[in-house]
Amino acid sequence: MKFAPLIIANLFRKKLRTTLTIGSFAVAMFLFGILVVIRGAFSQGVDVAGVDRLDVINKVSIIQPLPYSYRDQILRIPGVKAITYDNWFGGVYQDEKNFFPQFAIDPENQRVVFPEFVISDAEWKAFLEDREGAIAGAGIAKRFGWKVGDRIPIKGAIYPGNWEFNIRGIYRGSRDNDDLTQFWFQYKYLDERRQYGKGLVGWYTVKLNSPDDAVRVAKTIDTMFANSPYESKTETEKALASDFAKQFGNIEFLIVSIGGVVFFTLLLVTGNTMAITVRERMGELAVLKAVGFTDRFVLLFVLGESLLIAAIGGVLGLALCKVFTLGGDPTHGFLPFFYLPGPGILLGIGLALTVGILAGILPATSAMRMRVVDALRGV
Amino acid sequence: MAVPIVYNLRSVRARWVSAIVAVLGIAGTVGVFIAMLSLARGFQATMMSSGSADNALIRRAGATSEIDGTVPLEQVRVIQDAPGVARDGGQPLVSPEVVVIAAFPLIATGTDANVQVRGVSGEVLNVRKNVNMKEGRFFTPGLSELIVGRNVPATYAGLKLSDTVRFGGGNWKVVGVFDAGGSAFDSEVWCDNRVLSQVYKRPESIFSSITVRLTSPAALRELKDSLTSDPRMQVQVDREIDYYEKQSRGLTTLIRVLGTLVAVIMGIGAIFGALNTMYSAVSERSREIATMRAIGFGAGAIVVSFIFEALLIALVGGLIGSIAILPLNGLTTSALNWQTFSHLAFAFRVTPLLLGIGIIFALLMGLIGGVPPAIRAARRPVALALREL
Repeated sequence: MKFAPLIIANLFRKKLRTTLTIGSFAVAMFLFGILVVIRGAFSQGVDVAGVDRLDVINKVSIIQPLPYSYRDQILRIPGVKAITYDNWFGGVYQDEKNFFPQFAIDPENQRVVFPEFVISDAEWKAFLEDREGAIAGAGIAKRFGWKVGDRIPIKGAIYPGNWEFNIRGIYRGSRDNDDLTQFWFQYKYLDERRQYGKGLVGWYTVKLNSPDDAVRVAKTIDTMFANSPYESKTETEKALASDFAKQFGNIEFLIVSIGGVVFFTLLLVTGNTMAITVRERMGELAVLKAVGFTDRFVLLFVLGESLLIAAIGGVLGLALCKVFTLGGDPTHGFLPFFYLPGPGILLGIGLALTVGILAGILPATSAMRMRVVDALRGV
Repeated sequence: MAVPIVYNLRSVRARWVSAIVAVLGIAGTVGVFIAMLSLARGFQATMMSSGSADNALIRRAGATSEIDGTVPLEQVRVIQDAPGVARDGGQPLVSPEVVVIAAFPLIATGTDANVQVRGVSGEVLNVRKNVNMKEGRFFTPGLSELIVGRNVPATYAGLKLSDTVRFGGGNWKVVGVFDAGGSAFDSEVWCDNRVLSQVYKRPESIFSSITVRLTSPAALRELKDSLTSDPRMQVQVDREIDYYEKQSRGLTTLIRVLGTLVAVIMGIGAIFGALNTMYSAVSERSREIATMRAIGFGAGAIVVSFIFEALLIALVGGLIGSIAILPLNGLTTSALNWQTFSHLAFAFRVTPLLLGIGIIFALLMGLIGGVPPAIRAARRPVALALREL
């Protein structure tokens, strides 16, 4: 460790080269961070899905409705703790570009089934008392500058007409990656005003006593409604989210290929720089050996420099990426989950160090193997 | 006097390792850049070719996509008699359609994907001239028969010609495969609109959208004016091609934004690589440079020579990147389009324009990576550099 100052001093010898190498590392790790974020954005629904929840949708497709009467029938199945329903509204706020999901919800059980969304009791009470009340996620409230008490006009796309809502509360997430872009209002308001589809709901979410009951309860529900005009398909929330994510196609493959190209390039760039550095310093490394430092010392000395560059660059890049993601989704609404998770950062630092070792290993071994006589003769 | 090009070629050869590193860095960046753009381009082309300038798409006013739409039969009658609608032997070329989604398993993953199912009228092939039967026959009106787009049998399980499938509470027989010329319809399943409404328990007299063949592309104006001024109608009239362009905007923007983001970051990395290569080239060659200055080459000639070398490396990198990406052209992939909520197959489109953009991008990286080292090379005092000998 006492040689750390020497390694650091070496970094300052060719400041420009060191800066550029650290820069390429930082850029590559920044990119790695962005790729982790993008991958996450497409599969986050899977990561946040509750294990003790089932989604009951129409067997034909999720856009077909289910009758309201299913609610009580499902609730009677042993193992079911609670049930709630939602209906997709699909309205437009000001412009089609301002997309966010709106749901007509069941105010009675929403908070029992989705405890991860946090909202104060006072706001919830105000929401229950106002037929046109609405609750917005903290994310969209911030995006559009909404405050409690604002009146929000939304143009119906599926349900024609101009709908107006009063913001009665703002919900927050209890985890970093909860979806804060939803807009909830009372199902009763929708059902009274819409001209068709009365008495139907979009889908049910069932909360189980224990995740172990999932298979049995799902089977019971689907058998119960088999051969009826509205057959159901029940899956865990996770399975539904992952089916949905898979429809996006080969996003994962795309990201891994880009990541591969980048790392290969990075390895070449750094390896090349380290090789140049070592070549230039052969003389002094030989002096170190001549005055009694071991081969192993020289090996670790060169590797140490490479690792240090990798560590500085890696931390810098990932820190920049974290700052970038705090700025929010660059596509304005298409990627609600735009954030860099902790394990991703750790993985990135691990990768940076691995590249640092791989890039340093060849020059380091050649420095270790060189014969002092040959190197000094050249001076 | 300019420094001979041969000097640069030979020095690139002498330092081939660093040169290759820089070339690969640029090639990788250009490759990723073009790949992302061609993906966006391919998706957009697929959506756009679905629409025709000769057709108009009519939806209820306020509906964002066909799935949201509701046009009652009375209004369809008005549309059939409206001016600007093409006729074939007195029969108006109008296809009132019912658009729904059904979940079918993907062959690749075994998980369900949303497939757009379109109930069409018997006139549809006359309305949509870009759709032709490829195998089998057109469905018989009134029967539970399906015809599927040419991408469908290979993408979803159980939808091959003469298969029988069960969905939406009915049994359907696949009787034909149609070719829609690479458009979004190639990923759709079509059937009789009335049968679809019955099976999906929708009111039979309500349609999602109406597609109309116009007498000429210019007739849109006339049709639009007549329908939007009619107090009985609450509809919006769009040229079909504009509608599909709009439906493709979301995913296209997403791919473009993400692709450009990734390419710009990679580009900065590649510029760092190029800078590093060129700076070490300059410092390793300070003697040569000083000698050239001493024998009379001007500072300008040295700058030009080094920039040329950087551009050469960038150009080779750009060309390698473009050539490496060419096999992607035509490769089919699929994704979910949010705006129609349905799954769609489309192909990468590597166009000459995109290749050109890629090469320009490469040269730009070379220029940014080459200019500072070139200026440094020219600025070094001759006497100082030669004394270091």
